[in-house]
Amino acid sequence: MTERYDVLIVGAGPAGLAAAQTAASRGARVGLIDAQARAGGQVWRHDVRRTAPRAAREAIAALRSVELLTNHQVVAAEPSALRVETQQGSSLLSYTSLILATGARELLLPFPGWTLPGVTGAGGMQALVKQGWPIAGKRVVIAGSGPLLLAAAATLRAHGARLQGIYEQAPVARVHAFARQLLRWPARATQAVALRAQLAGVPYRFGTFVRSAHGEAALRTVDIEGPHGTTRLDCDLLAVGYGLVPNVELAQLLGCATVQRSAHPQVQVDPSLRTSVAGIYAAGEANGIGGLAVARLEGAIAGHMAVGDTAAANLLLPRRDKARGFAELLATHFSLDPRLHQLADAQTLICRCEDVTLGELDGFSDARAAKLATRCGMGACQGRICGTVLAELGRFSRSGSRPPLFPARLATLAGAATFPLPTISTEVADHE
Amino acid sequence: MKAAAASYDLIVVGAGIVGAACADAASADGLRVAIVEPGPIGGGATAAAMGHLVAMDDDPAELALSRYSLQQWEAFADLKEAEFSRCGTLWVARGDAELAAASTRATRLAAAGVEAHVLDANTLYELEPALAPGMSGGMLVPREAVVYPPRVARYLVQRAQSRGAQLYAGRRVNALPRGGAQLDDGSTLSGPVLVATGCALPALLPQLPMRGRKGHLVITERYPNLLRHQLLELGYADSAHGDADSSVAFNVQPRPTGQILIGSSREFSATDAAVSPAMLQRMLERCFAFIPTLRQLQAVRAWTGFRPTTPDGRPYLGAVPGGTNQWVAAGHEGLGVTTALGSARLLLDLIQGREPAIDPTPYAPSRMAA
Repeated sequence: MTERYDVLIVGAGPAGLAAAQTAASRGARVGLIDAQARAGGQVWRHDVRRTAPRAAREAIAALRSVELLTNHQVVAAEPSALRVETQQGSSLLSYTSLILATGARELLLPFPGWTLPGVTGAGGMQALVKQGWPIAGKRVVIAGSGPLLLAAAATLRAHGARLQGIYEQAPVARVHAFARQLLRWPARATQAVALRAQLAGVPYRFGTFVRSAHGEAALRTVDIEGPHGTTRLDCDLLAVGYGLVPNVELAQLLGCATVQRSAHPQVQVDPSLRTSVAGIYAAGEANGIGGLAVARLEGAIAGHMAVGDTAAANLLLPRRDKARGFAELLATHFSLDPRLHQLADAQTLICRCEDVTLGELDGFSDARAAKLATRCGMGACQGRICGTVLAELGRFSRSGSRPPLFPARLATLAGAATFPLPTISTEVADHE
Repeated sequence: MKAAAASYDLIVVGAGIVGAACADAASADGLRVAIVEPGPIGGGATAAAMGHLVAMDDDPAELALSRYSLQQWEAFADLKEAEFSRCGTLWVARGDAELAAASTRATRLAAAGVEAHVLDANTLYELEPALAPGMSGGMLVPREAVVYPPRVARYLVQRAQSRGAQLYAGRRVNALPRGGAQLDDGSTLSGPVLVATGCALPALLPQLPMRGRKGHLVITERYPNLLRHQLLELGYADSAHGDADSSVAFNVQPRPTGQILIGSSREFSATDAAVSPAMLQRMLERCFAFIPTLRQLQAVRAWTGFRPTTPDGRPYLGAVPGGTNQWVAAGHEGLGVTTALGSARLLLDLIQGREPAIDPTPYAPSRMAA
């Protein structure tokens, strides 16, 4: 079963939504794919308790003539087509133009105790809570870096979490310098002030980071390293995130070139967002972390480009460039303290899928050799977590991804349009 | 001033499982060994392989070599790095003709000293309840096993190193001047050379024809106890040894981790390493016909590899035709993991002037010069 689209877009976050609306307004047949149940992406993820921001509601409402394909997971690339999987089966979606709006994921850094139950990413915990995961009354420590910590904290508090503090690794002088620069972006400044107001009474400390987490079966305490030494805090949950990493796996599977401006690759695009493969564009975080404003502008630019309107796309380039400037500011002011790269010890698990410790990876300078010898990165996440960690720690860069992009049924890889009814007993399937 | 070339008793080119086994055997013989490998150890066909230790019996020479090797694999049965799992091989028969063929094969294997039993349909389903209805029976080869090949290759190289072998990691042999090997950093190693570069053989020994035969594999998440034996269709040999440009066969293996490894495909004309959706589809459909529940399992990764294939399907083991102090061990097609240890032993016997335990004539590279 093949569906044909003029413009196919992967990722229904701010970039994908803007791209879809732009391309559809020009009369193109547009398909917008997202693995989640609702459009919005990470930043505009639907919150069961709270109304979405107006911009998000408007962007989703503007999709009238777009075919929104939620609960669709992209699993493989075929010539000018993507294989997608749903609950019921799989299908092939073919395209004339493809826009990659695959966003970013959280950067997690290993420290002793980071795999204890109760420790999650900051964005990861925010996403869980938005979906209704109960957090009311729980004592939560938030740590890591960047303004996204404040957004996560605000969500958690609105859902009843007892925030024990927000621990930002950037030193106070740099955060203040950042705040002064914010005046050049009044909308951002207003946002920051509003967030801070929602977090009144919650300690916000700078130049501090989680050194280790402790507990038997689950998290009980965390050690916070600060300018005045180490403090031990009791808590039920720890949410820790060190910023974002572009999702480039689909781009790589499609053969699009990537570039490396940091430890992590981003999709290589020209100023008009063309990738190295004809007919494929990329917008937003996948091209380098730029934030919401960049994502929306690049989505619109890619939408114009995908329907062949270079002139309309060009009109948006100056605004996009200015918005990208804000991202540079973030990257500079929230750059990571080198001590964060030294927290994990030889016993710290790096690959959670295959239980590989950092010590077992000593002596390897190549991801593939390490993988063959230790299985690091061979699990279901295909190195999204451990490969990114090892690149961040300066060990070696991640090896390329292989299909399927995410675990998929064998029936999907065999091209089945519908799945048979499950007959396999869960006793067999779930037994470890 | 030019530094004197480092001198060795044997320079092993290539550290796939075959080269690694040769280096291990040579160092055990007391030879001063060099190993030259540009990539990860066991990073070529060895990494892509299923790691099934199996006696193939349709060619007497192949049976002799695989049986000889299987005996040597027993020494690795308790080695942690080998991840040796004695799951046995269960050959599945569809129809009475295949069941009759199973009987012939069991007799042939037994004659070669490999334990094998013919099974009726009831016993087959007792052993593997997940098989689709309608199978006629099969053949069980209970002592066969699966291993994890890249770690074995690494172990063998490290064992050779512990006996003094020198590993030139990240170095490539660019040419074979008389009396040694020239590396890509311009240096030269002097001594007899053993080329074990698999599909890359023609780059150094163009007189020995070799083709890469592409294969696909898929591995799933963990489903312990879903399958208990390495499963193959009795028609597998037709795919493995047939000359068809492309073929698929039911070839499914339970890994010790609980994961299911699914093969197999063979293609001569495909030269790029990308996973082919069409070939993957054909291979999976073949496997679903034998194990319908596979459809519902979650696949975590698919990959391809290239089997080094000689014109007659037998490896080159012996002296390089027209060469002096040049040896070759390459071209094991899909049986390189099974036969690596026996190949190494055979080759070292030839190099050291001992009489090999099995007749080396069928593998002599000189057959190509005739």
